[in-house]
Amino acid sequence: MGRPGLAVDLRDVMIRFGDFTAVKSMNLQVAETEFVAVVGPTGCGKSTILNTVTGLLKPAAGDVRIFGKSLTGLNGQSGYMLQQEGLLPWKTAQDNVGLGLVFQGSSIAKAREQARPWLAKVGLRGFEERYPHQLSGGQRKRVAMAQTLIMEPKIVLMDEPFSALDVHTRRLMHRILLDLWQADRRSLIFITHDLDEAITLADRVVVMSAGPASGMVADVRIGLPRPRDVSALQTTDEFVALYREIWSLLGAEVEKSYVTQG
Amino acid sequence: MSRRGRVALTQFAIVLGLILIWELGVWAGLIDPFFFPAPSTLVARIGEWMSTADFWTDIGITLLETVLSFLAGIWIGTALGIWLGLSPFAAEVVQPFIKMFNAIPRILLGPIFVIWFGLGLTSKVALGVTLVLFVAFFNTFQGVREVNPVVLANARLLRASKSSLLRHVYLPSATTWILSSLRVSVGMAVMGAVVAEYLGSSAGLGHLIAQAEGVLDATGVFAGIIVLSAFVVVLDAIVDCAEKRLLVWRPAPAHES
Repeated sequence: MGRPGLAVDLRDVMIRFGDFTAVKSMNLQVAETEFVAVVGPTGCGKSTILNTVTGLLKPAAGDVRIFGKSLTGLNGQSGYMLQQEGLLPWKTAQDNVGLGLVFQGSSIAKAREQARPWLAKVGLRGFEERYPHQLSGGQRKRVAMAQTLIMEPKIVLMDEPFSALDVHTRRLMHRILLDLWQADRRSLIFITHDLDEAITLADRVVVMSAGPASGMVADVRIGLPRPRDVSALQTTDEFVALYREIWSLLGAEVEKSYVTQG
Repeated sequence: MSRRGRVALTQFAIVLGLILIWELGVWAGLIDPFFFPAPSTLVARIGEWMSTADFWTDIGITLLETVLSFLAGIWIGTALGIWLGLSPFAAEVVQPFIKMFNAIPRILLGPIFVIWFGLGLTSKVALGVTLVLFVAFFNTFQGVREVNPVVLANARLLRASKSSLLRHVYLPSATTWILSSLRVSVGMAVMGAVVAEYLGSSAGLGHLIAQAEGVLDATGVFAGIIVLSAFVVVLDAIVDCAEKRLLVWRPAPAHES
């Protein structure tokens, strides 16, 4: 089965932890080169979805297909950028970027050689020899982004990667991410609770219902033209209209999550 | 003057004052030089020692014993710490035995080691190892256990193999702990060597002190102690240097960026 051209295909996926049903029924299709943002209230199982796509979590029911093939074991095609800081504090920026290459058997010198252009791509030329503690929060995020993307995963997974940053730094990160993605389009699933961020970045925004036993509420196509100007975009009428449309769905779910979680 | 300068000056004044009172006390007949030999006598004795070849042999032997027990102890302790840190089952099984062994006053093992290994180098190193081992073990164990879970998860997501995790994540994490305990370890290694020499040997600083004690020569004992402190201070400075070089990646405690 599995529609061709789909990088990720989740069908009626249910995720349980013991007796607790985190996700009741999730359908998510991501085409090759498509940028999908998943939004939902806190605790709706957004991260759970990503863990399912990487193969860290096995669904209790339903089907997970990666490029048409049923996923068994770990997903070898995905790269995962975590929400929290995961850089090795004892390695320099370039060694952190090249870490995955070293893990795959590349020599340190070769990994560095490949890491340097990636640092330049995320705007960190000249920061090769810095240790993580010598970088700002935004710079560390950029290193982490390069660390994930240097492996050239066919499917990129990002779990609220910029949520800890201030607004201006976040906008800068959006610009860098969009530039990189525009230059070399891959499937990207971006988890966020920030609707502005979701509409700015994605081709499609998927809204999840409040947890537990969550599922998909809506799937809205974002027709904003690309390449997008991150800073000018948010004041356009199309953007505001999309925001209103999605918020009318998301807002209700957020309300519900307040009721269930207190 | 800077605060550091003032501290150093005060320290210097205290030492100088004490030595002066001591010297004058002996000179005026208030302090019995049989029990408290005058500083000038001690300096003369150390100077006398330094002109003999035997003294340098003693220092060399103690240094060799210290270095050997330090390296062996760190190696065994680290290996043990990594193994138990990564295997909760083994850790649970072995823990009571380790606690028991660690509770034994190690000095008491000295005579046993002399019986087992003789008066030579081996018995000294053995005692030093039992002292250093536990410091290294506990620190490595802690270091392995307290690896930041996010860092670990991230490395796993980058598909690190078990050996890669060990080399790039667990070991560096444990190294910070081991390094911060290096100074204690060096002290332990010196203690093991000197105490074992004191208990029975034919050379070394401990032997020197034991010999002086045997003929109730307080000057020799004091001079030996002074030489020993200088010895430890030098080793400490070397360790300090090594630590600074190996931990360049660590944020300076005072000014975080």
